[in-house]
Amino acid sequence: MPIYSSQTAPFELSSITRNPLTPFNFSPELQKYLTGRTLLLDELAVFHEMLEEHIAHGYVGWYQGLHDPNGKYTCGRCGNKAKHLFAEFPCSRCGNSCVYCRNCIMMGRVSSCSKLYTWTGPHYEFSHKQNSLAWTGTLSEAQAAASQKAIEAVEQNNELLVWAVCGAGKTEILFQAIEKALQTGKRICLATPRTDVVLELVPRFRKAFPQTEIAALYGGSDERNLAGQLIISTTHQLFRFQDALDVLIIDEVDAFPYSADYSLQAASQKSRKHISSRIYLTATPSAALKNEVKSGKLESTIIPARFHRNPIPLPRIVWCGNWEKSLRKKRIPKKLLNWISFRLQNNSIPFLIFFPTIKIMELALPLFQSLHEDIAAVHAEDPNRKETVVSLREGRVPGLLTTTILERGVTIPRLEVAVLGAESLIFTESALVQIAGRVGRKADFPTGNVTFFHYGKTEAMLAAVRHIRTMNKHAEERGLFG
Amino acid sequence: MKYCLYCGNQLENNITWVSILGRESKDPSFCEECTAGLEKISGERCKVCSRSLDRLDESFIIEDLCLDCHRWEREPEWQRVLNKNLSLYTYNDFLKDLIARFKYRGDYILIKGFKKMLFEVSKQLTFDIAVPIPLSSERLLERGFNQSEAGLITIGLDPVHALTRIHSEKQSKKTRHERIQHEQVFSIVSGMDIQGKRVLILDDIYTTGSTLRHAAKMLKEAGAEEVSSITLARG
Repeated sequence: MPIYSSQTAPFELSSITRNPLTPFNFSPELQKYLTGRTLLLDELAVFHEMLEEHIAHGYVGWYQGLHDPNGKYTCGRCGNKAKHLFAEFPCSRCGNSCVYCRNCIMMGRVSSCSKLYTWTGPHYEFSHKQNSLAWTGTLSEAQAAASQKAIEAVEQNNELLVWAVCGAGKTEILFQAIEKALQTGKRICLATPRTDVVLELVPRFRKAFPQTEIAALYGGSDERNLAGQLIISTTHQLFRFQDALDVLIIDEVDAFPYSADYSLQAASQKSRKHISSRIYLTATPSAALKNEVKSGKLESTIIPARFHRNPIPLPRIVWCGNWEKSLRKKRIPKKLLNWISFRLQNNSIPFLIFFPTIKIMELALPLFQSLHEDIAAVHAEDPNRKETVVSLREGRVPGLLTTTILERGVTIPRLEVAVLGAESLIFTESALVQIAGRVGRKADFPTGNVTFFHYGKTEAMLAAVRHIRTMNKHAEERGLFG
Repeated sequence: MKYCLYCGNQLENNITWVSILGRESKDPSFCEECTAGLEKISGERCKVCSRSLDRLDESFIIEDLCLDCHRWEREPEWQRVLNKNLSLYTYNDFLKDLIARFKYRGDYILIKGFKKMLFEVSKQLTFDIAVPIPLSSERLLERGFNQSEAGLITIGLDPVHALTRIHSEKQSKKTRHERIQHEQVFSIVSGMDIQGKRVLILDDIYTTGSTLRHAAKMLKEAGAEEVSSITLARG
């Protein structure tokens, strides 16, 4: 599995086809929409009638959908090169057998006869003014230091890793840097792996930058026609941009799908301008990123403390015997049973129990429901995931069983968490740190219980505890508590 | 290395005599979990449309027909127009997403995952020619292929383009009544001789049966002896 590296090269594109530029009364709408984007004809439906003359005058050019220098295909949009992710079909558009990319098929089919159109005239210039920050909150000491670093990265077109613990207040750190960028006419994208996060961030940014054109882009978004000086998007949407961004901020840079998907990394390189800044946000940087920091290739800033100035709760590691066997015998391991009973009885503390697989979780669900009938389970393919989490937040269910899908992005007051089968390989150091990071996020309830129930201690479990302890120690030394 | 045609996960390599002898099918396939998402229609089925009668309320079953087919069959105009329909799977959320990716996103190769099942079902019907449900030229250009034709080609049949479309496809926006009652959307391509032929038609989904019956009616009026159909899904 490739690990995110700031050094990933953008992929090779076919050369652009375009006419020489001849003066012409071009469409400012098309200019604004297509500057920095590469789009399929279907995505330009509104502009179909004017496309031809813009091409004739050299204001719009195109790349071939697929690039095949020596019989090896590369998708011109997503950079996919994996042979098994290309297929063939009898194409009624060109009348030939066309090869198409299956990696980005959900964004519309790129095939060998497709063209990816882009603006080749004078680029659209975003406004320099009217972009002031309306946010009036204050930053903690640690946030302020990180914010200053982010401003410098934007001004100097540098790279920066912001290593901030879960609950540090990452979004606020970005405000001033984004304001600086907007006021110099720069175009910014904040990309995050999940649509949920886009939907949560957009209203916060609209409030913080009320005069700025902000586009929320994700699968099914109705703002796809907005150019957006500030773009808040899922990472997949980066596929549609090329040479567009002055500032690219990548949230949860260690998370799926970045860490697993080469084409996303390459596309994020494609989407930014040659001279531009990149800011990576994470609570759990990969070994590769840490090495880049160590060797001096990558500037970094660490926020070891939460905004509410309390340490992150340290996980407890508890041996619970062969839990899988006892679940199959329809028994909840005794120590976990005690843990749950305590939470159900004492003022009903909301809880999450993480399972290594959906199968085992579903097998166990009836056992837990015999303790309390409202206990429910959520997993990645669950269409009602959001509502179920809301019902936990609102106290309508006492607790949830879940897979690692809820390891990030969940904030529920007083929440406590347990991991069952913490020795499973899916619970990496970063997964366990993220899971522990769900607890004690609110200033009113800054503590809480985190327990890793296991049948054999792993290095990942120990590393996760060390990780949290080191961050807490670091924060104490910098006087960030109390 | 083999990957699931739908979710893209690596397929587990089960070593069997078939695989050792290199007799494994080269066709792409779905993984165990995706296969489990597909609900085969089985048990008691409607004699005409093959809808499962097991899960249908008593009041919607009339003898060995579902209420829908009963209503069609009692109209003299529609009686025995569609000889028999065979659908492979119940149109559940999983198949809905899969068909949407195949048809609207244009992931053509997904049809190959149904090759074996479609082939087996086609053997239960007797026919001389196979006719695809046509798309309008705009829709064909938009999608790049015709999903019905893709199904026929996949099981090695040579599609005979006997039908053409005279109205738009926007079926999903209409009520049942509008869909059933509205005028004929197909016509016969001139010069097509289907006199006395037994015809197979294939479509992705059977919802009200209106599309298939309109197509069948056109074919029967042009002289077809009998028209049967296959669909991936039964809504």
